[in-house]
Amino acid sequence: MGVKVRPFECWDDFKKYRMEYYRNYLEAKENGSIRWAGSAWAFDPVPAGLGEDVYPLTGEPYGATAAFFRDFSMRALETIERKGAARDLCGYMRNYWGSVAMDKYLLADGAEIEPFPKPDFNFTIHICCTHAKWYHYAAELEGGVPTYAVDISVGPGYLLNDKKIEYVVRQLEDAIQWMEKVTGREYDDELLIRAVENEARSMTLWSKICKLNQNTPAPMEEKSMFSFYVMTLLRRSDEKIVKLYEKLYKEVESRVKRGIGALTQEQFRFVTDNPPPWPFLKVYRYLEENYGAVSVGSIYTFGLGAAWLGMDEKGENWIWEPAPTPEEAGYEIHDRRSALWWTAMFNLKYRASWQHEYSHWIRKQETYQMVKDWKADAIIMHLNRGCELWNMSTLEVRDYLVRNGVSVATYEGNMADPREFDEARTFNVIDSFMQSLGIEKLT
Amino acid sequence: MVVAGIDVGSKMAKVVIMDGDRNILSYVMARTGTDHGKTSEEVLNEALEKAGLKREDLEKIVATGFGKISVPFADDEVTQVIAAGKGAYFVRPSARTVIEVGAEESRAISLDENGNVKDFALADKCAAGAGSFVDAMIRYLEVTPEEFGQLALKATRAIPMNAQCVVFAESEVVSLLHSNVPKAEISRAIHDAIADRVIAIARRLDIRDDVLLIGGLANDIGFIESMKRELGKDVYVPEDYPPELVPAIGAALSAVQGVR
Ligand code: SF4
Repeated sequence: MGVKVRPFECWDDFKKYRMEYYRNYLEAKENGSIRWAGSAWAFDPVPAGLGEDVYPLTGEPYGATAAFFRDFSMRALETIERKGAARDLCGYMRNYWGSVAMDKYLLADGAEIEPFPKPDFNFTIHICCTHAKWYHYAAELEGGVPTYAVDISVGPGYLLNDKKIEYVVRQLEDAIQWMEKVTGREYDDELLIRAVENEARSMTLWSKICKLNQNTPAPMEEKSMFSFYVMTLLRRSDEKIVKLYEKLYKEVESRVKRGIGALTQEQFRFVTDNPPPWPFLKVYRYLEENYGAVSVGSIYTFGLGAAWLGMDEKGENWIWEPAPTPEEAGYEIHDRRSALWWTAMFNLKYRASWQHEYSHWIRKQETYQMVKDWKADAIIMHLNRGCELWNMSTLEVRDYLVRNGVSVATYEGNMADPREFDEARTFNVIDSFMQSLGIEKLT
Repeated sequence: MVVAGIDVGSKMAKVVIMDGDRNILSYVMARTGTDHGKTSEEVLNEALEKAGLKREDLEKIVATGFGKISVPFADDEVTQVIAAGKGAYFVRPSARTVIEVGAEESRAISLDENGNVKDFALADKCAAGAGSFVDAMIRYLEVTPEEFGQLALKATRAIPMNAQCVVFAESEVVSLLHSNVPKAEISRAIHDAIADRVIAIARRLDIRDDVLLIGGLANDIGFIESMKRELGKDVYVPEDYPPELVPAIGAALSAVQGVR
């Protein structure tokens, strides 16, 4: 007998938030509110201290949404390439730039609005070689928008020390003064404190939700996860996101208890690594329909939005356990400095996606442990030409996994450039992989 | 029991007729042409005739290759990786790494001691490491395919080809010709460049002995020599059957298994 499946009850709440998010940003100026744009990795709680009516637009999820709407993406990419952007640059960034250059803004349902709403300022971080440059050039395209980038390249979390945290905290203090200057607003530390607490809560909640997928049958498949995890990349310091994750956590927990799965027939479990090819999520559908194969998560969806203990103190093993919130850690946030210290430490130490950039070894342990903890039969890796950072060390990881007895398939593509994906070849890889593992097609 | 394996590639269609004891009764290879369905029908009939059999004698037909979906009469299909792996183990049981260079695709397969596919890697969307590139170069140099391979052996020095892309590689060859570089050296440069690209794919796997080279390019002595040189080890080609026939043999083996 097949597994019981059921759509997520909180699906519409997530969808609604996403729709509102892009609309709020669009309409902010009509009510005298503030708009800022930056990487989804930027210190989201920091601009929150400018007021309750501050609306962000994070670039990577926007680039992914654009890629999903293939026709829009093609026009955006061609527009920016005509301006001289090279095709091997970050796919998200090219979609974003193209959108600004076309002066067209995309809503979550694919509706196109003119003109592109200019932010009051850009605020970003710089770990990936792309992030700061992304907003410097965007600022130019926008006709001159004040831009601030925080350097966070202080090494992996398990080697973090006070000096390194201090380096980032000072930049954030400086950023606050800069924000006051460019917006003419007075900064509210109470709002910052709340935002920092919310950030930690939403990120650890997402970790706990991810962990529930270790159960069999998996209560969530990765396509749904793409819609859920992205909230931590839109505005994780928003109280509403914490509420959404609390609701989702309860629902996933209850699905596990009631044996409700993501697929009626879970014949095969796998994990993935890189951002997926957004215009071709049918890869996942193909695996589900033909092989009863469910993706139970990825380094990407788990690593970007969640907070994990990560590498142990010796730098030997990766621990997929949720990081503590300030409350759980017994850390009291009472003023601007302690709030900035926490958010700097929390992100630098527990944000998985900020760890593996520093060494192949970390990525290897992280991936290997994920395959084990989520009881995956295999990993299907996307050799993604759209993101230099995430693709770094992919083949070394692949090699390591194969040597350690993990079955691996790779396919080539681009997370955000529909011109760089070969559907027939990818399905061919999947069929070959499944046949080599002796997995029969579902009849 | 008699079965057929059919491999419809982008350049050649190949058919193998096999009995239940895995004896190859006949085989046929022909240009694929534009109508894949018609060509596959023709090669199958020809192979049956060679074996003195009729269509009704066949218990199962398994197709593989990029054109497998255009074989309307196939009972089943198998991916090229599996077909090539099975066929390779059949023609050389000691093979652990199989490198196939077809007209438009190249792939590397790692086999275990039972002939099962352990791992594989496929080329990306680039013709620079495939047979059709060689075809184009042969036309430029105005030689026959046999001469092209033999020429490479006569080269006295290695000239590196820098272009990663087939389009640029072509213009590099043209400029070498204009600079009066001997054809032997150009031929070796081309072979080395392809070997380089193919090995880059194979290196995604653990390259273990024996390395078996299959696909059309395995007929080219110049390419075999380049592969040996670049890999720093021996490379084998099938002895009893044409190297491009191997996936069709694998498809036939799949058919035998399926019937049993
Ligand atoms: S290259 Fe990758 S990590 Fe860098 S900005 Fe683009 S998506 Fe983010």
